[in-house]
Amino acid sequence: MAAQMWGQPLSAVQGRLAHNMTRFNGKTLSWELMNGVVEVALHREPCNEIGAQSLEEFEHLAAALPVLEQKAQALIFYSNLACGFSAGGDLRELYRGLQAMEKQAALAGIKEFHQRIHHVMNTLDASPMTTIAAVHGIVFGGGLELALVCDLIIADKTARFCFPELRLGLIPGFGGIPRLQRDLGNAVVRDLVLTGRSFNTTKAQQIGLVSQVVAEGEALRVARGTAAQLGKFDRTTAAAAKRFVKPIPYDELRQEIEIVCDLYARPAVQAALKKFVESTDAQPYLS
Amino acid sequence: MPTEKKTLDEILELAAAQFKVPREKLSPDDDFFKTLRIDSLQALSLLTRLERHFNVELPDYELQGVSDFRTLAERIQARL
Repeated sequence: MAAQMWGQPLSAVQGRLAHNMTRFNGKTLSWELMNGVVEVALHREPCNEIGAQSLEEFEHLAAALPVLEQKAQALIFYSNLACGFSAGGDLRELYRGLQAMEKQAALAGIKEFHQRIHHVMNTLDASPMTTIAAVHGIVFGGGLELALVCDLIIADKTARFCFPELRLGLIPGFGGIPRLQRDLGNAVVRDLVLTGRSFNTTKAQQIGLVSQVVAEGEALRVARGTAAQLGKFDRTTAAAAKRFVKPIPYDELRQEIEIVCDLYARPAVQAALKKFVESTDAQPYLS
Repeated sequence: MPTEKKTLDEILELAAAQFKVPREKLSPDDDFFKTLRIDSLQALSLLTRLERHFNVELPDYELQGVSDFRTLAERIQARL
């Protein structure tokens, strides 16, 4: 039951990958390979919340990577939605799932979900392609964690970043803290994680999170230009450089799953999620 | 440094422009969630615009419970 709550296991998804892997149109994301660049569009209303369907389609993408990597030098994530890149995990879906299950089964389901999303994130992180997150608007929680997986973040001036998890009695669960620690100074990590405050592109560039800040609506265009430049480089060399400069903190990532799952077991988290779900506001802890 | 009245006027101008509301319909003591018909995410986009305009950094927790333009102006003024 736990495994069904948050979608199908990876093996079931892989079974449907026999067809054209260079193009995919899903309910939450779509991708297309063009001129050596894979463009992945996120398009799940209202703000690309990551739930069961998203996870399944991200697994579909992860399974297609070995084929895509033979034909592409770069991969770009972007959002088709006006609200932004992604508001993170689908907390409403999560809460409904928790309520429908006995506690131990629910916690097992949460662990499985996190293990699966970590597998996807780690696969993307390790891809020899150069990966770019072209972001705007809301880049929160799991959305920020997806951006942190990428090699480069290109943000338009509307982008706003946040790890709000502590407001719900949790910590980021999709690899956020280990990847923040990889990329930024620990004092900055403490500020962002422990205060849960949101911050704009000026701050994001100051702390070294964002590589380029561009005008409103220009992030995807600039990301395409960057991806085209990467096409001029030898792929083997680019992949070797990436492996050298971007180690993946596997031990800390595994630790993160354990900590998150322990926290989910606390009644305070259930209460915080209930309050969140019962509000009609988009991000009620911000108002 | 601009006066608090000037800061408030500029906030009202920016909010009106961003959410396409006639400026004359906005007053300093309005609840901007109601007047602009925005949710917390849209309020954050306004905050982003205001931070850029005034060149300040305003942690969102300083705005928790703030819903009128006048108090918003006071918070920004304190960082100018």
